[in-house]
Amino acid sequence: MLNKYPLWKNLLILVVVALAFIYAAPNLYPPDAAIQVTPARAGAEMSAATLNNVRKALDEAEISYFGEEVNGSTALLRLESADAQLPAKAAIQRKLGDEFVVALNLAPTTPDWLVDLGAGPMTLGLDLSGGVHFLMEVDMDEYVSGRIKNYREDLRTSLRQEDIKYRRVVVEGNKVRLSFRQEALRSEARTFINRNYPGEFLPQEEEVDGNFDLILMLTEQKIRDFEDYALKQNLMTLRNRVNELGVAEPLVQRQGRNRIVVELPGVQDTAEAKKILGKAANLEFRLEAEPGASRFATEEYSFRDNQNRTARLEKKVITTGDSVTNASSGFDENSFPQVNISLDSKGAARMTQVTKKAVQRRMAVLFVERKPKTTYEMVDGVEQPKTIQVVEKSIISLATIQSVLGSSFRITGLQSAEANELALLLRSGALAAPMDFVEERTVGPSLGAENIEMGARSVMAGLALVLIAMLVFYRAFGLIANIALAVNLVLLVALMSIIGATLTLPGIAGIVLTVGMAVDANVLIFSRIREELKNGRSPQQAIHEGYDRAFLTIFDANLTTLIVAVILFAVGTGPVKGFAVTLSFGILTSMFTAIMVTRAMTNLLYGGRRVERLSIGGKA
Amino acid sequence: MNTVNFMRFRHISTAISLTLLLISVVAIGMRGLNLGLDFTGGTLLEVEYETPVPLSEVKSVLDTAGYRDVVVQNFGSETDVLVRMSESFRDDLGNEVLGLLQTNVEDNSLTLLRSEFVGASVGEELRDQGGIAMLVALFVVMAYVAFRFQWKFSLGAVMALFHDVLIIVGMFALFQWEFDLNVLAALLAVIGYSLNDTIVVSDRIRENFRMMRIGSSVEIINESLTQTLGRTLMTSLTTILVLLALLFLGGDIIHNFALALTIGVGVGTYSSIYIAANLLLAFNVSREDLLPPELEEEGDEAP
Repeated sequence: MLNKYPLWKNLLILVVVALAFIYAAPNLYPPDAAIQVTPARAGAEMSAATLNNVRKALDEAEISYFGEEVNGSTALLRLESADAQLPAKAAIQRKLGDEFVVALNLAPTTPDWLVDLGAGPMTLGLDLSGGVHFLMEVDMDEYVSGRIKNYREDLRTSLRQEDIKYRRVVVEGNKVRLSFRQEALRSEARTFINRNYPGEFLPQEEEVDGNFDLILMLTEQKIRDFEDYALKQNLMTLRNRVNELGVAEPLVQRQGRNRIVVELPGVQDTAEAKKILGKAANLEFRLEAEPGASRFATEEYSFRDNQNRTARLEKKVITTGDSVTNASSGFDENSFPQVNISLDSKGAARMTQVTKKAVQRRMAVLFVERKPKTTYEMVDGVEQPKTIQVVEKSIISLATIQSVLGSSFRITGLQSAEANELALLLRSGALAAPMDFVEERTVGPSLGAENIEMGARSVMAGLALVLIAMLVFYRAFGLIANIALAVNLVLLVALMSIIGATLTLPGIAGIVLTVGMAVDANVLIFSRIREELKNGRSPQQAIHEGYDRAFLTIFDANLTTLIVAVILFAVGTGPVKGFAVTLSFGILTSMFTAIMVTRAMTNLLYGGRRVERLSIGGKA
Repeated sequence: MNTVNFMRFRHISTAISLTLLLISVVAIGMRGLNLGLDFTGGTLLEVEYETPVPLSEVKSVLDTAGYRDVVVQNFGSETDVLVRMSESFRDDLGNEVLGLLQTNVEDNSLTLLRSEFVGASVGEELRDQGGIAMLVALFVVMAYVAFRFQWKFSLGAVMALFHDVLIIVGMFALFQWEFDLNVLAALLAVIGYSLNDTIVVSDRIRENFRMMRIGSSVEIINESLTQTLGRTLMTSLTTILVLLALLFLGGDIIHNFALALTIGVGVGTYSSIYIAANLLLAFNVSREDLLPPELEEEGDEAP
């Protein structure tokens, strides 16, 4: 019973502990308040002129800044004081206008040598650092009226197929009006509609100017179904988009009837978030109008990359971005950028149906964007920003249909950056209904600072109490366990920093709990050693047996707790997840420190020599 | 240390546990849980002051007025104050709170920026998820313990967990403490903790059944409990120490979380000694239940 670890084991432990200290270190450097400026459109450059304007805006507002960084298209300016963040943002936004997204940010101050090693601080949750809070409103009216327009096209087509001759089909607000020359035709149409659209309309009849009109109004139930669908679809889309942002614990929640709240804890990069979330890009696939087609059935749009080039498209939409199930950017056989698009079955069926009769005609992909336009108005002698939403549609591709299109096809003729951006937006799903930001706020750091302080205080106090208790009960072995506990904390922080987990207040509670429970393994081992000593074994044997026999128990006990933590993580949301993350990591790191690290120290202290008695407390 | 005759008190402990469980069930049935904003939905008000006000002042005004679970924080700027409370949504609630703050925090005019509420459907979703999490956790744990030990241990462990969870929920119902998402997390943590305890004890019971060739089940269980008592108490002590730190220093938001865990660790320690072990006796656990499977294999191979 020599109780010596081989050299490699000691080295391994040393390396792990050293790495833990290095990767935990960035958390010691508090971040700088900063302002971040990004062009609203992907692929645009941050020009020297823009940068000059930013500097000028700050100089005019008498806000001092330092450490200007330009990273690709993003500029980051650090401010001397956090209070200056909001005024600085307002000043810069005013100067640059809507072409740029200006956001508050926290710039890490991690020293370069740590950055080179890939180390960075833990992200703090919304409750600790503040974060981004968006409130978005779904434009239900627009969505419902879009659906009604679809009905119009649908009804026209199916009435024609049924050979029910109508005079006209028009949309009036939330209703569709069908006019017939004869009453018999109207009743025929009514029967047909009742059969094919059950429960969707409340039909009313009216006689106007000798025409027999049928007015179809959507039922309350159908409207509610539409709204529900639109909101759910948008929620899902937003969740996907948020996931693309790589946020650890985002909150995307329905709020009230038509609003969605998005909270991105830890993310201070509101510019990126806003770009991804807010770019209500949608697609409409439409055929190019045939020469000589009626002006009423067609519309003219310009191209996205060239305002002067235009094309005339049919009003009828083949399908929209809703049907897009997947999209990825790549390169075709000639190394040109392309976006591969997959459609759901409904979209694919429509696409096949339409393109069957349209091979060699051209299909346009219309990019639908809602953009904010800010104007400044004088209100009571004070200039107030006023933002309205403008819908912009532009053609991003007009390509000849080479063959009948089905569930997957591709769009070519894009710029590489645009292909990437479009694929990203398509992949994260399309919004069923357009959305506007009605609020964008960053959660102030006041509560966060308070919570951090309270969290730190309780960790410290808890730790101190446990350290004292262990020292009193287990003497030298207690000291060993205490050192291991400290290492455990550092390891836990390092691990969370490396994988970029978000620390929340419940997360801190998880750490505190880990501190309490981490010593359990050592307590188990030490009680075993005491027992073995009492059973008359030599100190060396007791140490060996104690570690050996306690191992399986520790393993079983920790594994079951880990199972619970993993379930907590899988099923939980928001704060519960934060707790589960720290708890599971705590279990893993504590197994390493409580078994390996303490064993190494015990071996260094007692191993390889004659020992008369162990300093382990209790009745010898 | 002499072997403590834990099992002598097992009938008393059974009586105590049954009483506690009965009280819990009655409390939950009669009073129900005081569910937090996460589960019920609630109201959120945002007001803007002309000049910054101390948050504690706003909070104390609202607390005194009898609003429940008031959380006050700055939102965006120093003059912007967010008030969250678990009042159900009423149209005039905004004006009510506004009037109250206007009269009580002097020399400072304020405006209501918005009033929002967390819809009940969100709460419902979270409630369902929480219930599912709990059931899945219990089931998986049961399966694992049955796999590692034996079904009698598994049933004992799960019933001990059930006992702990029910008592904590009962306490929350009895005293009408707010039950929010954090408390739910605490419940699951208690399941983890109590399980840890139960497994350590069960492990020793299994070991002793295999090693001690003489002695009745009661004697072996008493011996095992005595051997693990020092460890059980020490771990509970360290855990309770940190929980007390959380309880008193951690702030309002995690107060109930710490409370649930503190109760849970107390009850969990007791249940791992009495409930799990007691049930083993009730199920007539015997040496044969715990024979290592290797022995049977050897028997098969013998000529």
